[in-house]
Amino acid sequence: MIPGSSQPSGTTATQSLPKPTSDAAVADRGAAAIVSGALTTAVGAAGIAVGIAALGGSTAVGHVDWLFPLVGVDWRLTGLGGFFALLTGAVALAAGCYTVGYARAERIGRFPLAMLPLFAAALVAVPLAGSVPTFLLAWELMAATSTVLVLADHRRAAVRVAGLQYAVLTHLSYAAILVGLLLLAAVAKTADLGALTGAAASLPAGTRTVVFLACLIGFGTKAGLVPLHAWLPRAHPEAPSPVSALMSAAMVAMGCYGVLLVAVGILGPGPRWWGLLVLLVGIGSAVFGVLHASVTSDLKRLLAYSTTENMGLVMIAVGAAMVLAGSDRPDIAAIAITAALIHLCTHAAFKTLAFLAAGSVLVATGLRDLDRLGGLARPMPATTIGFGIAGLGAAGLPVGAGFVSEWLLLQSLIHYPRGADTVMALVIPLAMGAVALAIGLGVMTMVKAFGVGFLARARSPEAMRAREAPPTMLAGMGIAALACLILGLAPGLLNPAVRAAAADLPFAAVPIGAAMLRLPEGLGSIAPGLLALALVVAIALATVLVRRPTQSRPVERALWACGADTLSPRMQYTATSYAQPLQRVFDPILQPETELRVGTAPQSRYVIQQASYRSRAQDAIERRMYLPVVQGVRTLSSWVRRAHTGSVQLYLAMGGAGLLATLLITR
Amino acid sequence: MSGLPLLVAAAQAAGVLLAAPWVIGVMRQVHARLQGRVGAGIGQPWRDLRKRMRKQQIRPTGTTVVFLIAPAVIAGSALLVAAVAPLITTESALDPIADLFAVVGLLLIGTVALSLAGLDTGTAFGGMGSSRAIMIAALVEPTLLLAVFALSIPAGSSNLGAIVSTTARDPAQILTVPGALAFVALIIVIVAETGRLPVDNPSTHLELTMIHEAMELEYAGPRLALMEWAGGMRLTVLLALLANLFFPWGIAEPGAGALAVLVAAGAIAAKVAVLACMLAAAEVFMAKLRLFRVPELLAGSFLLALMAVGTSSLLLPAGG
Repeated sequence: MIPGSSQPSGTTATQSLPKPTSDAAVADRGAAAIVSGALTTAVGAAGIAVGIAALGGSTAVGHVDWLFPLVGVDWRLTGLGGFFALLTGAVALAAGCYTVGYARAERIGRFPLAMLPLFAAALVAVPLAGSVPTFLLAWELMAATSTVLVLADHRRAAVRVAGLQYAVLTHLSYAAILVGLLLLAAVAKTADLGALTGAAASLPAGTRTVVFLACLIGFGTKAGLVPLHAWLPRAHPEAPSPVSALMSAAMVAMGCYGVLLVAVGILGPGPRWWGLLVLLVGIGSAVFGVLHASVTSDLKRLLAYSTTENMGLVMIAVGAAMVLAGSDRPDIAAIAITAALIHLCTHAAFKTLAFLAAGSVLVATGLRDLDRLGGLARPMPATTIGFGIAGLGAAGLPVGAGFVSEWLLLQSLIHYPRGADTVMALVIPLAMGAVALAIGLGVMTMVKAFGVGFLARARSPEAMRAREAPPTMLAGMGIAALACLILGLAPGLLNPAVRAAAADLPFAAVPIGAAMLRLPEGLGSIAPGLLALALVVAIALATVLVRRPTQSRPVERALWACGADTLSPRMQYTATSYAQPLQRVFDPILQPETELRVGTAPQSRYVIQQASYRSRAQDAIERRMYLPVVQGVRTLSSWVRRAHTGSVQLYLAMGGAGLLATLLITR
Repeated sequence: MSGLPLLVAAAQAAGVLLAAPWVIGVMRQVHARLQGRVGAGIGQPWRDLRKRMRKQQIRPTGTTVVFLIAPAVIAGSALLVAAVAPLITTESALDPIADLFAVVGLLLIGTVALSLAGLDTGTAFGGMGSSRAIMIAALVEPTLLLAVFALSIPAGSSNLGAIVSTTARDPAQILTVPGALAFVALIIVIVAETGRLPVDNPSTHLELTMIHEAMELEYAGPRLALMEWAGGMRLTVLLALLANLFFPWGIAEPGAGALAVLVAAGAIAAKVAVLACMLAAAEVFMAKLRLFRVPELLAGSFLLALMAVGTSSLLLPAGG
């Protein structure tokens, strides 16, 4: 945690929100929401169109001189870039549609609304960048606009802390990427991303290693990988929900794009420890992310931790592919890279839907705390179905969107060549265990979020008053839900996209049939559509099994109240109590912070009038790794502050001395 | 696709469907006899089912469609697993579904449906049972995946039919360190997954210790019947799978004739009966574990399964 709430915020997005006083102001904001949403949707549609063109084999390259001084802007269409442009475009399309209703309901200011299409455009621009300067420019545009968007609701202290932390970490990651890419371009003597691929092979090993590490740190931060994830579970929940969707589904994918572009595409195949490092980072992120997601009670924070988990799974696949890149088993590497690319797509689909549904809940109730939600299935059926589809996908269950990619990932690990390599013989089982654990705990997380948040009975008056979201928000969710269903039942539709993307990397992709996934050489096959159909038939059979022709419709009866008169909603399990058994199991890792407040009666301290209990898991990495750094910077700055005496003469003397020193050095 | 595998798949599903109440009945009878009681006879679960199916349907106030369809989802997923798993023959009519990961996922769908139904009632017991069941499922599922991974490494495939036929052709490979570790891990997993002792006691409604029963409290009539039936089917299918993964004798190979299929059906029935009796007999000598000791047991089995995968990738010769 960076204690930023007590300090003036470094990044200023101090645009005062117009107070909702008159009807004119409300209408004005409505118009702003429509314009912003429509522009974002248009950017998304453009991204999809460009992405499809690039995937279709178009390899146009262009240079726009006037757009940016000195270097201009270079763009190029590649399969890999097109894949990510398509992905971010689709997310922007759904989020843009959703924004129209959401911005009006949540009263988002005009400045953040103006930034939203720009953010979407930057997201689409990153994978289309053709040179290092353009890439860095688009990247910084993405970072800056998203910082403003995180701070949209800057009147709340939690948002300011999250925004500051995000701004610091995102710019540290930018610095790492800057160092890595500039070093690469300087040594290879070309800034063109296409030309770099060929030139990088002849670089000295030391340079390649430095570039790899710098890029892994920079892009890994953006992808929310452990241990550089700390900003993600703070910034994603605090941002407006369509922005959360864009960040969690599309922006983290940019981190993966960076790793694929630089570490795999330009530099690869590298030494074996590169892939091993990526694999281990992936294992750590998957387990850490899912553990925290499973015990978190904040709906959006839970989804944010789940993003770390899913990026961890992608990195496990990428790492496995990288280790195998130079070996004699390119077919297994192909399975792994296919798993990574498909998982990025499915994650984008279900995470967009989940964040948009969480946003609808936020609009309807003003709550993100699962402990106070519940009973939303009746007033908000469409949102409930949407979150259900997203949860099914996130849990990696059959019929859900995430099933196929996780199946492919596990296949690549099962078929991993054994024998010669002792290190991999130890790491691969570990990766399998991590993936299996991530799936098991992921199921629990999603059951908790869906069951506690949407089923049962309302736990607070706000949840009781919930109403269904407006049509534009439902339309945004509908687009994402459709994508989830299509990806879950017919992932073969992604086949051309995955193949074109993998062609830019030193891998081939596994061809996926439209209805049936069949791995080469009979390594395995699965038909998600057939599976869903068979399951529906089996469920129908089971329903018929106990049906009798004379049977009447179910009669409604009161719940059994254990002999008491009534059941109050407070007797239900909450999200915290739901996760408590699991939290107990993982106590040493989660180190929960429990708070028990007991209010006693004034007459006697043995008469308890009220008691409140709150338990929160702490981010151990954040506490162990970030706090010492923050403390160190503070100590350092207190040293520097000793020179700041307020004496102008001293400052002038120091300035003069500094100038002299500079002149001496540069002489 | 010839007709026989489809017929066999239907027969497997129907067999599990019909046998499940008897399996439960046999286990209860073994319990009763070992505890010195006469017992109700092995047909009692069937009589219970018949009685419940004639009763009125109830829908508790405030429940949603999730509560109503959960029993059918659990039963449907168990039926599908029964149809695709290599119980009688290694050749599955629905081969692309007979994948280890898909089967584990299908079983998990049943668990998820049950947990959601428990939460949906909005009662303290429903939530309690659901919370405990999902904690156990979250730890059991990785173990189950890992244990069968360990077995799938020698077969070079995660297709259940391929794993079983590899073992059938070369039974010696199951008597290895990974095989033994995976076997123990799988037994613990099956005990936990089906709510048997020492994880959960299927024959009590003790308020503070129950897991599975707590989620079903609000069910009555036909839906309760389906729920109990589905529980029996899951147990039967898992026992049959365990039997064939480690002792695949008698199973029909692809292209086998009708006689071989009949022999295989008899073999699997005998194996399940023996396993059910052994499980029931073992339960008599066991006390229920405290709920918070259960994760220790499951963590132990997870470790065993992880070691099984580790040793199989370290010790077994390269190939596959």
